Amino acid sequence: MPETRELHLAVALDGAGWHPAAWRSPGARPGELFSAGYWADLAREAEAGALDFLTIEDSLGLQRRGPRVGDRGDQVRGRLDAVLTAARIAPHTTRIGLVPTAVTTHTEPFHLSTSIATLDYVSEGRAGWRPRVAASPEEAWHFGRREFPPLTPENVTDPAVAAHLSDLFDEAADAVEVVRRLWDSWEDDAVIRDEPSGRFVDRDKLHYIDFDGRWFAVRGPSITPRPPQGQPVVASLAHAEVPYRFAARASDIVFVTPASAGHAVTIVQEVRAAELAVGRAGRAGPGSGAAPLAVYADLVVFIDEAPGAAAARKRRLDDLDGAEFATDCAIVAGTPAELADLLLGWRQAGLDGFRLRPGALPHDLEQITRALVPELRRRGAFRSGYAESTLRERLALPRPASRYQIGAA
Amino acid sequence: MTKQVILGAHFPGVNNHTVWSDPEAGSQIAFSSFAHLARTAEAGLFDFFFLAEGLRLREQRGKIHDLDVVGRPNTMTVLAAVAAVTEHLGLAGTIQATYNEPYEIARQFATLDHLSGGRAVWNVVTSPDAFTGENFRHGGYLDRGDRYVRAAEFVQATRELWESWDGDAIVADPARGEFSRPGARRGRFEYRTENFGISGNFTVPRSPQVHPVILQAGDSDGGREFAAHSADGIFTRHSTYDAGRAFYADVKSRLARYGRSPDSLKVLPGASFVLGDTPADAEERARHIRRQQVSPQTAILMLEQVWNTDLSSFDAEGPLPPFDPDPEAPSIIQGRARMYDDPVAVARKWRALAEEKSLSIRDLIIEVTGRQTFTGTPASVAAEINRSVQDDACDGFILVPHLIPAGLDEFAATVVPLLQERGVFRSSYEEGTTLRDRLGLGPARPAASWAAARTEHVDA
Repeated sequence: MPETRELHLAVALDGAGWHPAAWRSPGARPGELFSAGYWADLAREAEAGALDFLTIEDSLGLQRRGPRVGDRGDQVRGRLDAVLTAARIAPHTTRIGLVPTAVTTHTEPFHLSTSIATLDYVSEGRAGWRPRVAASPEEAWHFGRREFPPLTPENVTDPAVAAHLSDLFDEAADAVEVVRRLWDSWEDDAVIRDEPSGRFVDRDKLHYIDFDGRWFAVRGPSITPRPPQGQPVVASLAHAEVPYRFAARASDIVFVTPASAGHAVTIVQEVRAAELAVGRAGRAGPGSGAAPLAVYADLVVFIDEAPGAAAARKRRLDDLDGAEFATDCAIVAGTPAELADLLLGWRQAGLDGFRLRPGALPHDLEQITRALVPELRRRGAFRSGYAESTLRERLALPRPASRYQIGAA
Repeated sequence: MTKQVILGAHFPGVNNHTVWSDPEAGSQIAFSSFAHLARTAEAGLFDFFFLAEGLRLREQRGKIHDLDVVGRPNTMTVLAAVAAVTEHLGLAGTIQATYNEPYEIARQFATLDHLSGGRAVWNVVTSPDAFTGENFRHGGYLDRGDRYVRAAEFVQATRELWESWDGDAIVADPARGEFSRPGARRGRFEYRTENFGISGNFTVPRSPQVHPVILQAGDSDGGREFAAHSADGIFTRHSTYDAGRAFYADVKSRLARYGRSPDSLKVLPGASFVLGDTPADAEERARHIRRQQVSPQTAILMLEQVWNTDLSSFDAEGPLPPFDPDPEAPSIIQGRARMYDDPVAVARKWRALAEEKSLSIRDLIIEVTGRQTFTGTPASVAAEINRSVQDDACDGFILVPHLIPAGLDEFAATVVPLLQERGVFRSSYEEGTTLRDRLGLGPARPAASWAAARTEHVDA
């Protein structure tokens, strides 16, 4: 069956790229990872390729590999706040969506709501948000308010640890609910500037949200008027049932990590099952219209035109790092044509798009925008440019009315 | 030596000073408004752009206040975007120490400092109230004494975090395979006090200013002392010449006990202004603006803030209430600091004044509230500003226009050149400098030095 739906492509930006030795690649800019110019250049490059959106990774803790934090002087350590980085690059771009990561654990939902709403204002309708939990005790110590159990790859299935993680996702779902309610707490036409009555705002169109949950209570309304998109786009990364359910409750997009085309079929089924389990399927999603979760597969990509060159490049980086690179998603090294084949094949599993994680920056991003995108266009599988102005429009998500508006669905 | 004037550009706030009914009044939330004011300030070579913050919509008599401009962005997020449309301008954000954690605030200001090339300013405010706290996880009320102790510890915690990476920790040398220098400190921190117990690894490497410039807003004794031991500048309401001189002398006299020189703390009053081609023209414009700022509805509302009761049945063009306020009644205003210490005395004074001059409620309110700090020709305003600075009534002003977004345009075009002519204001930005350099604050003083000076004095 020929695929008629539009293919969505996002790029995931993180430091010098996803390979831990990427900063040592020719063309890398390791001395500029904390400068605005570096991030603005990456954003402009992604926009030149007409990609749907970019994501920016973030964490409340320092990068780590293995048990100890900060123990590798030969790898990138340190990062900037992703929401602020997204805001800093917004004025340098006009079309690409900006989806920073921001943590829901330890943080205030009220601030998250205003910061993403503000990103939507400064980008004129291009904001998204990737909510993320912070499960480790190390991150909890940064705040000194909660004690979390130790977390290792081995103990995540222990009942106590599993319950802890499940709680964090429940808390995250509450945080997203509060954030969405606050986005809705000003109706779109609340500002009236009515001179005869002396009123700037119609207070009947400002709403208390009165959320009272297990972790926090928030009264509202927001201090920030309803953002241009009404509800900026929420996207979350998920590898298992609990986060699938979180995505089904809270998100518009879920990033998943299939190892193969067949695995992608299974994961899409699991995502649909999660939607059913939380009651999303067949009715309005969480404040975001009736759309089912859009499912994007994450892939780390190494791309070069010459056959075998990308794989060789990855091996060189592996050698520099002293270990074969492995991560939470599949790693693909190939030519633009090979990668195009893979994307178009995998999407038959029911995927709506892909979030490509460049192995090395800016090289693999440039390969996406200058080689992969043209290859997909030649096959009639990717847009020739941007037609829409807001991120929601591009993703075919209708702009929802405020839930507090009289007559809202 | 001739002092140089410091100028800040305050984005108009959510109060009746900001006129929304004027045909020139633009959006209070569109990014273009923030970009416009910031670009004007940079074209006028201002030191910094300034944003206030309020984390709950104000209420009066249990209802959301609807007469003034309302609705504003997240402070840090909009400043990060303003960094993209400016090159030299400092970026000052007001952030509550109460409804945030040091780790987050340190991360955000260090990030802003990186992304702006050393232009970040934190205006610390600490006015916890249970009303605002209803929007937050940790909204608990702190009494006034505790709040400055916690705030001082909070700022100290952020200083420790900002220093937690060695300045030369990142070498990014691919040939040697060293991203960071072996043995360098990379974010390790521990801070334990009465109010905080935090430790771990800070994610943001040392930023260009190391410590963003710290301002303190608040004129109380506790606020002044906090500024003396923990801040680089103080944002004050004392904008008039005489009040400014007394305030300035008091604040600067507090510095020695913390081992600081008088010029290490900048005194920066907020100030409004009206310009005109002639003194009479300026006066006429000022009267017009005051009437825009005090609508009939606003006049009644401001009267209620003193009488502390519903006066909506009164006519703003008619006489004042014949009765006194009830000081025992619960406050009708929430989301804003209490404005009058002795409302009965204020009410009697206002009534006497209204009777004496035959003023209506609206005229009375215009008479007694919020007169513009500077009204005059560009030449007279430049002279007044310079006099206040040279005579130690302040070190400069944070100017608050009454119109969004163009309210600073005229000042930048007409007053700034006159200050330059007097040799008291820069004629260009010096390349490659941080805001800290530009303000003459010198390199960031180490966290340990701040802490030692503060605790020695407290213990003594």
